Amino acid sequence: MSLRRQIATLIRFELRDELRGGEVALVVLPFAVIALLTIPMAVGIDTPLLERIGPGIYWSIVMLFGVLVTQRHSSLAPAAARDMLRLSGVDPAARFAATTLATFILLLGFEVGAGLATVLLYNPSLSSWWWLAALLPLTAAGLAMIGTIGGNLVSGLQTRTSLAPLIVVPIAVPLLLGAAQATEGLRLGAGILRWVLLLAVVDTVLALAGVLTARPLEESAA
Amino acid sequence: MTSPTVSLRSIGVRKPGSLILRSIDLELHAGSATALFGSNGSGKTTLLRVVATLLRPSTGSGSVLGAALGSAETDSVRRRIGLIGHEPALYPNLTLAENAELAASVALGRQARSEARHALEQVGLAAAADRRASSCSNGMRRRVEFARMLIIAPDLLLLDEAHVGLDPEAWGLVGHLISDVTARGGSALVVAHEEERVRPLVDHTVTLVDGALTRNHS
Repeated sequence: MSLRRQIATLIRFELRDELRGGEVALVVLPFAVIALLTIPMAVGIDTPLLERIGPGIYWSIVMLFGVLVTQRHSSLAPAAARDMLRLSGVDPAARFAATTLATFILLLGFEVGAGLATVLLYNPSLSSWWWLAALLPLTAAGLAMIGTIGGNLVSGLQTRTSLAPLIVVPIAVPLLLGAAQATEGLRLGAGILRWVLLLAVVDTVLALAGVLTARPLEESAA
Repeated sequence: MTSPTVSLRSIGVRKPGSLILRSIDLELHAGSATALFGSNGSGKTTLLRVVATLLRPSTGSGSVLGAALGSAETDSVRRRIGLIGHEPALYPNLTLAENAELAASVALGRQARSEARHALEQVGLAAAADRRASSCSNGMRRRVEFARMLIIAPDLLLLDEAHVGLDPEAWGLVGHLISDVTARGGSALVVAHEEERVRPLVDHTVTLVDGALTRNHS
């Protein structure tokens, strides 16, 4: 089976497993919306302030709760299932790509859901909303890749569920910076191309790192 | 004598703070089944993972189905290895049929779906094929793994206490899997605690004590 077919097959099964379990839609997203709701309750109904801080709060929430989305597969799929896939002859790079793409799709849905909640709660004003069509996928892709690499790094460790976020969040800082600064630029009507380019460069580096490290990380997992 | 399907020489596995396996020499021959006994923590699962090419040994050398351990060749032989561990390798929200299909999809492509249904029938799960794995008993989940083995027909079958919690009928499936592999000229390595139940199914037995093989007899 070609690499492309392997990836397509794995994505199909991963998404089916997640959609039936509903962890992202029924647990992570509602929890994130509650987190978005707590900020206005804490700072008070100061509309100008909420409009100003809304985009930054949104990206922080995406980063922190997005980590839960990226790590859902390590708790869903038991270690034995990973062994089974290794013995099935699935290429490690195909596994990296499939897990990343499945996570990307889930993260994108999460970003849209949390984004709608942010608009309702904070009413941010952006000079152009169309740029979000680039910002959301670029950030989701980067976070998905970091999550998959982080998950591979800690797979096999008993502390993986608590260790993975500690690895993922610091590495995701450039994504947070790029996405938050770009959105701030949109709010102020300034140019954001350099921040979009930063996200694109980070994504490219992560894609290369993910594919190149997929096999060594899989082989080194106990 | 035919060349061994598995040959391990002075294999050692070290993990931080402990030596799990010490200087293991082991050969599995075509057409034969071997039982591996040992108490909890003696290193049975670790040895099985080395044989399955899932764990690279710290010391020693060996080959599995002709591929040198730790070499790139192991990639090409992994599809010929069937492993049933003591934790079921199932995705909880997929149905039993989908779980059986997943393992076979890479090797068989579109044919995997029909093969999965057929194999589930053979292990007595036809009626439960569309139930989610999370809603099934441990015994049923085990049977799905037996179905996978029927689909992939491995040349090297590795069972890690795969019989735990099985009813007598499913015990028959374990025997069937082992005899099927050995009849095709493959080998089986069966990790177990219950010596008296496993002995009739195998040709040889070995015992691990504190990471070292202490007995080896037919």
